[in-house]
Amino acid sequence: MTVLRRLLLLMLAGLVLATTARADEAALREILARFPAAKGFPAIEAIVRDLGATGDPAVERPLLALSEGDLYFRKTDSAVFIGRESGQAVSLSDPLTGEAAGEAAKAEVTKIKVNNGLRRAVREVLGSLTLGSEDSAARLAAAQTLYRTPDAGAIEALDAAIAKEKVAGVRAALEQARASAVLVSDLPEPDKLAAIEVIKAAGSRDALSLLTAFAARAEGPTKDAALSAIESINASLALWAAAQNVWYGISLGSVLLLAAIGLAITFGVMGVINMAHGEMVMLGAYTTFVVQSVIRANAPWLFDWSLAIALPLAFLVAGAVGLAIERGIIRFLYGRPLETLLATWGVSLILQQAVRTIFGPTNREVGNPSWMSGAFQLGELSITWNRLWILCFAMAVFAALLFVMNRTPWGLQMRAVTANRRMAASMGIRTPWIDALTFALGSGIAGVAGVALSQIDNVSPNLGQGYIIDSFMVVVFGGVGNLWGTLVGAMTLGVLNKFLEPYAGAVLGKILVLVLIILFIQKRPRGLFALKGRAVEA
Amino acid sequence: MWGLKTGIKSLAAAGLLAAGLVAGPARAEEDTIKVGILHSLSGTMAISETTLKDTMLFLIEEQNKKGGLLGKKLEAVVVDPASDWPLFAEKARELLEKDKVAAVFGCWTSVSRKSVLPVFEELNGLLFYPVQYEGEESQRNVFYTGAAPNQQAIPAVDYLMNEEGVERWVLAGTDYVYPQTTNKILQAYLESRGVAKDDIMVNYTPFGHSDWQTIVTDIKNFGSAGKKTAVVSTINGDANVPFYKELANQGIKAEDIPVVAFSVGEEELAGLDTAPLVGHLTAWNYFQSVDTPENEEFIAKWKEYIKDDKRVTNDPMEAHVIGFNMWVKAVEKAGTTDPDAVIDAIVGVSVPNLSGGYSTMMPNHHITKPVLIGEIQADGQMETVWETPGLVVGDEWSDYLPDSKDLIADWRAPMSCGNFNVATGKCGGKGVN
Repeated sequence: MTVLRRLLLLMLAGLVLATTARADEAALREILARFPAAKGFPAIEAIVRDLGATGDPAVERPLLALSEGDLYFRKTDSAVFIGRESGQAVSLSDPLTGEAAGEAAKAEVTKIKVNNGLRRAVREVLGSLTLGSEDSAARLAAAQTLYRTPDAGAIEALDAAIAKEKVAGVRAALEQARASAVLVSDLPEPDKLAAIEVIKAAGSRDALSLLTAFAARAEGPTKDAALSAIESINASLALWAAAQNVWYGISLGSVLLLAAIGLAITFGVMGVINMAHGEMVMLGAYTTFVVQSVIRANAPWLFDWSLAIALPLAFLVAGAVGLAIERGIIRFLYGRPLETLLATWGVSLILQQAVRTIFGPTNREVGNPSWMSGAFQLGELSITWNRLWILCFAMAVFAALLFVMNRTPWGLQMRAVTANRRMAASMGIRTPWIDALTFALGSGIAGVAGVALSQIDNVSPNLGQGYIIDSFMVVVFGGVGNLWGTLVGAMTLGVLNKFLEPYAGAVLGKILVLVLIILFIQKRPRGLFALKGRAVEA
Repeated sequence: MWGLKTGIKSLAAAGLLAAGLVAGPARAEEDTIKVGILHSLSGTMAISETTLKDTMLFLIEEQNKKGGLLGKKLEAVVVDPASDWPLFAEKARELLEKDKVAAVFGCWTSVSRKSVLPVFEELNGLLFYPVQYEGEESQRNVFYTGAAPNQQAIPAVDYLMNEEGVERWVLAGTDYVYPQTTNKILQAYLESRGVAKDDIMVNYTPFGHSDWQTIVTDIKNFGSAGKKTAVVSTINGDANVPFYKELANQGIKAEDIPVVAFSVGEEELAGLDTAPLVGHLTAWNYFQSVDTPENEEFIAKWKEYIKDDKRVTNDPMEAHVIGFNMWVKAVEKAGTTDPDAVIDAIVGVSVPNLSGGYSTMMPNHHITKPVLIGEIQADGQMETVWETPGLVVGDEWSDYLPDSKDLIADWRAPMSCGNFNVATGKCGGKGVN
């Protein structure tokens, strides 16, 4: 029965497609010519719908141009063009054929305005038009658009497309799109029940959205079926949500780790309360900005490499500033924590205002290289590339630092000075230089962290202030003087924060974490992993 | 610690201040009228307020080119309150008592305005406040040239409801007085328009919040309930950049869940790649892209003054332009800079705004403005997609909050009251007065 009906529908659809596939060009131009006179978005939307109703794939070009804000008309004769702005002029091309049609000054042409509603309309119209496209990716996109914006009128076209489709993935998407269209149609109950099953099997957020909307207007057995489908999707989504929280926690933890790891050296190993630590992070971020500006101006093809280039430079810049601070100020204040705190606080203000004077108080734009933009789906998890890379990067920095501390002579000397300064000095270690280099290393690592943080945060003079408290929290919680403690501390705080946030909200979540840390420190004053050393003696 | 902090700050700020101060005392004789500029040039708020200081210096220079005011030259007195709220009050006192300025243009955050209010009241000074704010205030000595909630928030919500068919609302804001009050007003307004409580989600985040993963996911989930959803953002300053970055990375497009922001202007977008944000909305009373001869002239002169072709203009700048011109006109009308005379003269003064109309100072010390809804473009500018057909009068006491709907403000004699209760017929409802 259903096979027979599908066959019939298919034939019907074929007939419809055959007659409308190529509307004649003059008719299209006639519709296009109505754009200049259209007043207001509803009028423009009507024209878009009319263009779509012709069923001619040629309308794709002007419609895409419209949704990107590239459709213009000339003020003198109201001729419609696709225009690309280049400086003060607009280079024009024919809306249907794409042939170049000369240039016009900006003042001579008027842009046809577009808003979200119009972009949605264009997307829908193009969705049903590209169902028959040669390109399987375009068909998939069309199916997904139709799935999300169900239209009962599209069922016939979808049936025809399903019958023709050979790629399994696209076919599944088409069947889901058909099911979502069935839900908004007036087909009988059994069809709708089957559709609910298809959508339930798809089981994503979109499915939930479709079913919730359907359940709100359905009655009888279909409503019950929809509600039970919603319940089962919700159950599986809850598991995914927990997984998502863990991922977010790890990701936040990696950011905290990056911000804190330099401090784990300067504060953790050396015992210097360095309030200017955040400003080292900021210097790293500004180094990235400078590198990107130079690349943008001179070698744009290098842009995807800008972060790799910025990393060593940020390390050097922040490290050098760190070295200067240690030699210039901090070395006179060893063993006087209160004065160190005040002096480094002053240094942080000076650095902030210096950056503000040089680069201006406003945010600077640091671009994301293409490989750090966007997200990918892992089941119902959406994982953004920038967070994933930052996690990898944080781990790499951690591993490198661990190697330096535990496997190099310099690391050995550093640990020796930390454990017992006088003994180390008697063994011939030049402790003042080790101090200076250790501080420079910690600052340099902070600079490197700044390169990564410039990808997710503002590059402004205030960048560092946002991280200083969190960094100290991580180091104190993890245990002063222990790198592993910093890692575990950062991850614990990240995950804890992210599990509290959905229930308590971001503000209260932060407060709760702070309270928990205070309580924890009462119990274990040395943090998670305590270590003997100068920090302990002080 | 405070001494050190302010010491270093003022040391560092000295360079910036030099231009304003050195020129000052050198010819500080009786033939100048002093104008105070009270904007943070260091600290967190410097990001927004420095531009306003430059705007004021620019306006004063332009006025002096035209021959000054009442035959005297204007002289700018710049102070730096360093994003430190109590310091705002101290600096305001310094401007009024020591420098004897005729009027002060300044403040950005509501908390800084609240901190200087008693000073202006006590010393009878004039303050022009250029930023959109939460309303619920009207003070005799203050002129609010930024938008009240009904000049920004409510028209934006109307637009989303009528043009985009939004039925579900996320009210996301930073945790302080402006977002809290605005969201309270919006919530009451939405409920009065028949939106169910379940369809409104309110979310607050701390200042400078940078990890938006959970909240953006929450918004995504909230939006998948089968109803068109929009986000109304009162997220402040710095936190916006990571918020928009996260939105773009998680693939939330404006066509699916539009975000309308009240604190994001051309300046904030300058630090951001806006290509993934095209179509998200902002609501202001002015955009740099407004196509009028007045605006074109202003932008050209501004770029020439600041000697940077890339600098943008924004809404609070326009508010200062309007406020400054109103003050000039009121002083000319009164023939003196005496605060009481100016307060009497300024009500009803009407000056051209940059979007092609006139703004008038109303008796409640708020002004009339057009409301524009713009979509963010790939070049970081806004394009107006909708505007109110006429000018909107700033409503200081919201009609949608139960304890302020009966209040009005009218500073003309004989009422001369900032919180007159029309139900009881008495002056003195809630508020500071």
